[in-house]
Amino acid sequence: MSASNFVFGLFLLSTAALGLVRPAIAGEPAPARQKELVHLVRQDCGSCHGMTLNGGLGPALLPETLRDKPVEGLVATIYYGRPGTPMPPWKQFMSEAEAAWIVDKLMTKFPQ
Amino acid sequence: MRLILAFVLALLLNACAGPQLRGTGDLGLVIERASGHVTLVNTTARQPYARIAGLGDLSHASAVYSRDGRYAYIFGRDGGLTKVDLLAEKIVKRVIQSGNAIGGSISQDGRIVVAQNYAPGGIKAFDAETLELLAEVPAEYAPGQFSKVVGLADVPGNKFAYALFDGGEIWVTDFSNPRAPTTRRYPAGQQPYDGLVTPDGRHYMAGLFGEDGVALLDLWQPEKGARKILENYGRGQEKLPVFKMPHLRGWSVAQGKAYLPAIGRHEVLVVDVATWQEVGRIPVRGQPVFVMARPDGRQVWVNFAFPDNGRIDVIDTPSGKVVHRMDPGKGILHMEFAPRGENVWLSARDDNKVVIYDTENFARIGEIPAASPSGIFFTSRATRIGF
Repeated sequence: MSASNFVFGLFLLSTAALGLVRPAIAGEPAPARQKELVHLVRQDCGSCHGMTLNGGLGPALLPETLRDKPVEGLVATIYYGRPGTPMPPWKQFMSEAEAAWIVDKLMTKFPQ
Repeated sequence: MRLILAFVLALLLNACAGPQLRGTGDLGLVIERASGHVTLVNTTARQPYARIAGLGDLSHASAVYSRDGRYAYIFGRDGGLTKVDLLAEKIVKRVIQSGNAIGGSISQDGRIVVAQNYAPGGIKAFDAETLELLAEVPAEYAPGQFSKVVGLADVPGNKFAYALFDGGEIWVTDFSNPRAPTTRRYPAGQQPYDGLVTPDGRHYMAGLFGEDGVALLDLWQPEKGARKILENYGRGQEKLPVFKMPHLRGWSVAQGKAYLPAIGRHEVLVVDVATWQEVGRIPVRGQPVFVMARPDGRQVWVNFAFPDNGRIDVIDTPSGKVVHRMDPGKGILHMEFAPRGENVWLSARDDNKVVIYDTENFARIGEIPAASPSGIFFTSRATRIGF
């Protein structure tokens, strides 16, 4: 394989990889909206869950505390709230896809 | 001649270099929640005079004062308890006392500082001088089950009253013997979210989240137990979502009435403190969080939970009506009145400043820069029961 072929191969590989990732990215909020959502989570969810997400009146929202919980359940908890607890529904402030994005970030590494 | 002048100058310099004596009655602090700072402020000059770093996670922080107003005890979310000297402008002592704290209080005699904790659930008492641990009262309401503690308030007799969010009880712990406290328990209701003691130190109230109502304990006749007031104020109607828990303190009592946030309703509930009957409800522009009377009780200022947290409504107590509505900034988290109430300081979290208003004509009379400010605490709290 010549050097140029190798580079072309890499190019193909990377576009293929991008293609694979794209469906997930399609659901991602725009950068400005991401910033708003991060602010919402840290400041307003933070009144109960802590600005550092270490928990307060509400449970901690760290990757290790959420790891064993089903993603759909977490998304529903944000979107619809959890009756019988102080957790309110946040659906008037975000779409379900945005709630899913928040859960994804909480379960990996939540932006500052 | 020159020599004499030099001598006089030296004398003058010496006079200036001596320690500047000052009292603490017009000092205070602003919590800067995101960066672990506090800004020290002067309420006469209406200016900051120092900024102190290194207080840890202050995302939910509160402060109480030594009775001389010199030392602030600051309780951080991360369980940090920091003693700050307002005159020397520095941290005197700092301990990490729990994993997750919500606030604290100081005893009647000023010798014991008590922290209330979510994890591990319970309270801890410290020597106010040294911050040495004196005693611990785990909030174990059932075997092996610990509750988050809310609404801690100092009450006369070196006692502390508080409520158990998960346990649904009010506890009163007597620290007459600081190393061997004794505790009495009173069933209160579902999910107390915060509590307050009336300014005379007699009644302790715990607001309930899990049901409509407020639990009331007469500390002069505790054997009668806690009873419920404002029961069914929601009248079975569906609640509006609550995006931030309201906060209660003795500041809610004015002119013989208590002004309390309704849960899940955009109303302030008014209770006559002689009969404990509801005597009114005042519609406001959101879920109330802080409902605070001006020290003279003529006005009650209300701020709100997300998404209405840019607003302030001012209630005139004689007429029971909102007489002023304003939008003083983004993320108004807290307010504090000057000791006698001629002005009020508001934290505008997302504007990164504290804004100061004249309470008579509602004119903005100043502002102070602060990074993501939340709680504002003036030393005038030092002499008040339940602060």
